[in-house]
Amino acid sequence: MNQSNRGIWRWLKGFMLKHVHGMITCKEFEDFVLRYCDNELTERQRSLFERHLSFCRECREYLVAYQRTMEVSREVFLSSDDLVPDDVPKDLIKAILKAREQ
Amino acid sequence: MPQEGSEQQRLLQTNAVSEIKAEQLVRDNSGWMLLLAKRLLGDQSLAEDAVQDAFLDAFRALDTFEGRSSLKTWLHRITVNASLTKLRQLKRLAEQPLDEYLPEFDQYGCRSEAPWRHIARVEDVLENKQLRTLVHASINALPDAYRIVLLLRDIEGYDTSEVSKLLDVSESNVKVRLHRARAALKKLLEPIFRGEVD
Repeated sequence: MNQSNRGIWRWLKGFMLKHVHGMITCKEFEDFVLRYCDNELTERQRSLFERHLSFCRECREYLVAYQRTMEVSREVFLSSDDLVPDDVPKDLIKAILKAREQ
Repeated sequence: MPQEGSEQQRLLQTNAVSEIKAEQLVRDNSGWMLLLAKRLLGDQSLAEDAVQDAFLDAFRALDTFEGRSSLKTWLHRITVNASLTKLRQLKRLAEQPLDEYLPEFDQYGCRSEAPWRHIARVEDVLENKQLRTLVHASINALPDAYRIVLLLRDIEGYDTSEVSKLLDVSESNVKVRLHRARAALKKLLEPIFRGEVD
């Protein structure tokens, strides 16, 4: 698709999402993303959200990358749980116990 | 939230902790508490201070520990609170602009998202030490006000209401910050996800 056709397509897409009944815009979709991931959308909101997903390639791919971000950050931290230091600084333990006495 | 019953918990509920028990409590828990504080504060020295404060708070509050949660859950929250107090003292929890990392839309309101021909699997990232390090660095690059919400909600397992109370901000503010933090982190992680980093 050349530049001119792409511009027309994006204008048309924006127009449809804004004016066709039962559609939401990409910005409205953005406002729903967190609640979609937390399973907090109403049935109607979820239906609008999923209709937009089936229509918009950019939002579909955005959501995959957004959810992958959540998974990766969680897994990277969980996998570092075994890095709990065995040798906590002795001075720290001494300082805690000393401060407790005071 | 961590759930763990233990002998220590039963001992503590007697409200009579001997020196030996206190030392054992510190030895058994200071490792994970130090790791948690370091995650939140991003600094070893500050984390050690926070853990010391957390233990002092814990010893002081032993009388109020009713055993409704596990000892680890109780100490976890105390460590988070001690770390947040440090961040407040350093004025690091003020909201900062994140605009350059947030999603972009064109003049017609349509999302601008470069096509994704490939997205790395979670396993691809986990198996590569350099990528794991980059993920940590990317999270640490977020402004504290957003990074903390992401860590508490997505990593440490607190729910929105708990984070709202810990940070003393509204639940809707927590949600806004969390979404922005995730969206910004997504942008920071894009080179990894698109396979542009080996």
